[in-house]
Amino acid sequence: MADLTKKYDVLVAGGGNAALCAAIAARRAGSSVLVCEMATKFYRGGNTRHTRNIRCAHDAATETLSGPYPEDEFFKDLLQVTQGHTDEVLARHMIAESKTVLDWLPQQGVRYQPSLGGTLSLGRTNSFFLGGGRSMLNALYLTAEDLGVEIAYDAEVVDLDIDNGMFLSATVQRGGERHVVRAATFVAACGGFESNIEWLKQYWGPAADNFLIRGTPHNRGTVLKMLLDRGVQETGDPTQCHAVAIDARAPKYDGGIITRLDCVVFGIVVNKHAQRFYDEGEEIWPKRYAIWGRLVAQQPDQIAYIIFDASSLKLFMPSLYPPIEAASIRELAGKLTLDPETLEATVNGFNAAVRPGTFDDTILDDCRTEGIAPPKSHWARRIETAPYYAYPVRPGITFTYLATKVNREARMLMSDGRLSANMFAAGEVMAGNVLGRGYAAGMGMTIGSVFGRIAGREAAANARN
Amino acid sequence: MLATEKAGARPGNHATALLAEADRLMTVCNSCRYCEGLCAVFPAMEMRRAFPDGDLNYLANLCHGCGACYVDCQFSPPHEFDVNVPRVLAQVRNESYRAYVWPAACGPMFARNGLAISIVASLSVAAFILGFAAWHDASVIFGTHTGPGAFYRLMPHNAMAWLFGLVFLYAIVALAMGVRAFWRDIGDPVRLEPGALWQAMRDAGTLRYLDGGGIGCYNHDERPNDRRQFYHHMTFYGFALCFASTCVATLYHYGLSREAPYPWWDLPVVLGTVGGIGLIFGPLGLMIAKLRRDSVMVDEPRLGMDFAFLAMLFATSLTGLLLLVLRATPAMPLLLALHLGVVFALFLTMPYGKFVHGIYRFVALVRYAKEHKAFTGK
Repeated sequence: MADLTKKYDVLVAGGGNAALCAAIAARRAGSSVLVCEMATKFYRGGNTRHTRNIRCAHDAATETLSGPYPEDEFFKDLLQVTQGHTDEVLARHMIAESKTVLDWLPQQGVRYQPSLGGTLSLGRTNSFFLGGGRSMLNALYLTAEDLGVEIAYDAEVVDLDIDNGMFLSATVQRGGERHVVRAATFVAACGGFESNIEWLKQYWGPAADNFLIRGTPHNRGTVLKMLLDRGVQETGDPTQCHAVAIDARAPKYDGGIITRLDCVVFGIVVNKHAQRFYDEGEEIWPKRYAIWGRLVAQQPDQIAYIIFDASSLKLFMPSLYPPIEAASIRELAGKLTLDPETLEATVNGFNAAVRPGTFDDTILDDCRTEGIAPPKSHWARRIETAPYYAYPVRPGITFTYLATKVNREARMLMSDGRLSANMFAAGEVMAGNVLGRGYAAGMGMTIGSVFGRIAGREAAANARN
Repeated sequence: MLATEKAGARPGNHATALLAEADRLMTVCNSCRYCEGLCAVFPAMEMRRAFPDGDLNYLANLCHGCGACYVDCQFSPPHEFDVNVPRVLAQVRNESYRAYVWPAACGPMFARNGLAISIVASLSVAAFILGFAAWHDASVIFGTHTGPGAFYRLMPHNAMAWLFGLVFLYAIVALAMGVRAFWRDIGDPVRLEPGALWQAMRDAGTLRYLDGGGIGCYNHDERPNDRRQFYHHMTFYGFALCFASTCVATLYHYGLSREAPYPWWDLPVVLGTVGGIGLIFGPLGLMIAKLRRDSVMVDEPRLGMDFAFLAMLFATSLTGLLLLVLRATPAMPLLLALHLGVVFALFLTMPYGKFVHGIYRFVALVRYAKEHKAFTGK
């Protein structure tokens, strides 16, 4: 069991991709390193467990990537998804570093494979982890252990002693006991606050009670809050989180990727009053994927239902829960506890508005409605072939944008603009620096690996001085 | 918890609760697909949206039990989704042996397989000893026999060839009937393709899918290694060499009129000795690996079947090698009875024990090679 009584060069709070990259980089630079992971060994790694790929720039195709993804294209993609809400200097630095991270991760035991079935659109840009995120984590942990990184499980950082921007010690709770752990430098790599419903309620009100959290229940933002309270500068919109529509039957936490639903385009979406509320055919994946969480969050009771018919059932990837099935729209309404007359009227109204067209879900096709509000601008087909199906959906929260401000060395900035003497941040806790809003697949892992490696390197250099 | 209460459960008709659980797991896995690159099971799963019993038996027999998908899964226990593919597929696989057995009346052999095999082996050895005793007087049984035809003074060669030929033929017929039932159930009525057969032979011969996607097999901890693959190769190729030894000896006897025992440098002895050494260390290594294996991935109530088969292979080799070393001593007659008894029991129980895993796995690999080619064009 990891020794919490001795003084370390580097103390890492967290146990996911960013934390392990920081720990490995620092250890390779000669530092003594302690990782404090608040989860048990099985649940170690926070949201990294649920990830599947990383987005890194590269100038040529590789064994597993189908073509080049130049730095400029990566930056353009980042600008597009964030709508300009990014720190250009930091973002360009991250993208440049991502090129060497692509090779650095396999050196730490991580294995890649070509993009998974159904994700061809990412085959050029994103490196998929063979066996998924937990496999990637397992490799990093084995490497860290082999290098001599000390790892404490079930060890939560509950207090930080920071004096004028300088980290002195952390109070770590392990198995009911509190230890004051001293270290020359501190790396915060312990996620955002999306699992802290009370905190979410500050911005979303009681609606947050109906949010489902897609990943770890441990991202309660305890360390993030302590850092901000002790004078670290904040960045990123505190009121925003990344939300997608997921199956309402998913567990409150940790349902992961398999509760996702991306069949909005194949039908209509109604709220608990059986009314449509947004253009289901507005945008192509992945953009629409990212807006529906927020849209459902704005509906009464934060619930909605995707309604489609037999003709669409096999057009999308199977998901965890079976769709709710009925022989008629009225019967379906009964099963969903919606008002049958209203749902029937909504479906009939929609069907009457559908114009003829040629259906193609891979492009913005010409199947659309006329004369209803809201319209369905693409992929509109009549819902008329029994049996009828429905998926109930709720907002599924992936991560939060509130972050500690950092510079290119992943060093935290204090609220007065000075640099912290010995505190660094990596991963979701500082993602808001480059990702002010939106999301693109694999970018969370880029931020984690790139800034994790930088933070470890810099913390080690800092500890030597 | 019943399978129907867990995430991913679907209403469907399955012969057993276990198959319903396997259906649930494949539904969970099919909506995740992170394990796609680890082995053949997951790509085969992705070619399907629903999982009838035949398909589940196919996927279960395609699984080599490397354990990588368990260690890599974010939903394996204690997660509430309780995804334990290696164990559930091991259970389904073991039940499938019983489902396809011929004749069906022999199904109960799989219920307590370790005990059943032990009884058959004991009776078989006892029968050979009693047979030798009934046909010969004590001076033959406790005497020393050397030179060509020494073995046949205890049992005439023709009697030996007939007896073992018949039991071998029976085993082949019973296995073929099982394969026929399996092949029909996994839903491929179309003719066999030589390409698929060749691909399956290479995949089986190299144990391609027992390597966790390239880093080895998970056994007792989180560090994968190639040990199970290595010991399995020793066992399989050891068995093949021993079988070749027997075939060469038969050819010698009928084709060249050369009678056993053969000198130590002759082909049947060399093949048998090298194979025999493989069949000593291979099964021992596999037994140790099994004892150490993380019990969470194992179909524990049916471990007896695995040990019975490994013990039979081990005993076949051990008695054979002892016979070779001690063939010029008075211990030979008893050792010969022991060896023949064990080999007879091994052949007789082939369709009713763990031996069938190799047959069904090979058939599953043929099916996979075929559908993989049809699906991807490669």
